[in-house]
Amino acid sequence: MSRIVKEFTKGLWDEIPPFRFVLGLCSVLAVTTSVSSAVGLGGGVVFVLIMSNVLVSVFRKIIPDKVRIAVFIVIIASGVIIVELVMQAYFYGLYQVLGIWIPLSVVNCVVLGRAEAFARKESVVLALADALGMGIGFTISLTVLAALREIIGVGTFFGISVMPEWYIGFPYIIKPPGAFVCLGIILGIMNVVSARLDAKKQQAA
Amino acid sequence: MGDYLLFMLSAIVINNILLIKFLGVCPFIGVSSSMDSAIGMSAACIFVNVLASALCWMVQSFVLEPLGLEYIQTLAFIVVIASLVQLVEIVLQKVAPPLYSALGIYLPLITTNCMIFGVAVLNIREERGFIDTLVYAVSTAVGFSMALVLLAGIRERFAIARIPKVMQGFPAGLITAGMMGLSFYGLVGLA
Repeated sequence: MSRIVKEFTKGLWDEIPPFRFVLGLCSVLAVTTSVSSAVGLGGGVVFVLIMSNVLVSVFRKIIPDKVRIAVFIVIIASGVIIVELVMQAYFYGLYQVLGIWIPLSVVNCVVLGRAEAFARKESVVLALADALGMGIGFTISLTVLAALREIIGVGTFFGISVMPEWYIGFPYIIKPPGAFVCLGIILGIMNVVSARLDAKKQQAA
Repeated sequence: MGDYLLFMLSAIVINNILLIKFLGVCPFIGVSSSMDSAIGMSAACIFVNVLASALCWMVQSFVLEPLGLEYIQTLAFIVVIASLVQLVEIVLQKVAPPLYSALGIYLPLITTNCMIFGVAVLNIREERGFIDTLVYAVSTAVGFSMALVLLAGIRERFAIARIPKVMQGFPAGLITAGMMGLSFYGLVGLA
């Protein structure tokens, strides 16, 4: 039981993607212009991650080692197609905002990375815990970055105005180059925080 | 002819695939720490990007559309790209060993390069003809290589720069990329 909790929680801080585990940056940078699109893509990635991790783990003894990457990619692509069709049918607005980034979750390195590094060696329950943790961690990271960009950039959160009336926004943050700078700054802050935490742990020990 | 020139200029510089459209950021940050690997990755990308876009366009026009299977586009394209990369690897190994030893280690990485897949999908979404597809694939790959080589040049100088410890590595690389993106963004008014 404790193992399951550990695999779940590691995705939330110790190995939170994409901050700790710098993978899947492309979609992170592109969809974080607003919180709603970030949450939408995060949800899609959670579903694809769970599906791929569980299926890979179920079939881990059958999949031949030499062609495993190809098999993983086919499994992931099927998950992505499901997400794409469901979004097109029920969340058409979101589908249009995310555009090319839904099919591009196929090449999101987080999903393939978890299949390769974790699910192909562990049991189904652990793989599910890992997928949930990583997926939720990824969604949280996306939301944090998007909230920062949306609040500073245009002064809104989920489309609702949160800044005082005189705030005219800082469009650079919303523009593509601002995404890199924001992510770089957040990575730096994460490094500072984790260095402090490590120092505290050492003092206690 | 002038149209093509503008189209290429737009794809290479103004809508730079990497800094403005965010396709292919993983290898951009991953291999840009040394110039040699940046050049190897760029060459491999130009090669595979053109082949993959052409092949995906053909698959879409001659297989998926006549059969009404557009909804499995994602699956079909990724399988085409993955097998293409594998094939290129085998052929290069047999036909041109020196080229293989130069590009070899970058080829497997390319399967998960979002640029290859993204450009293939963008060509279909924007309903380009075959020639336009090829031109777009070449220009985006050239734009990608340019940004990658430039960033590698800057990052090599990081070795002797005094960067705060917490910002070393990825954070500094990302912020540099943001600054480069800003200068590319300044060219938006051209087109």
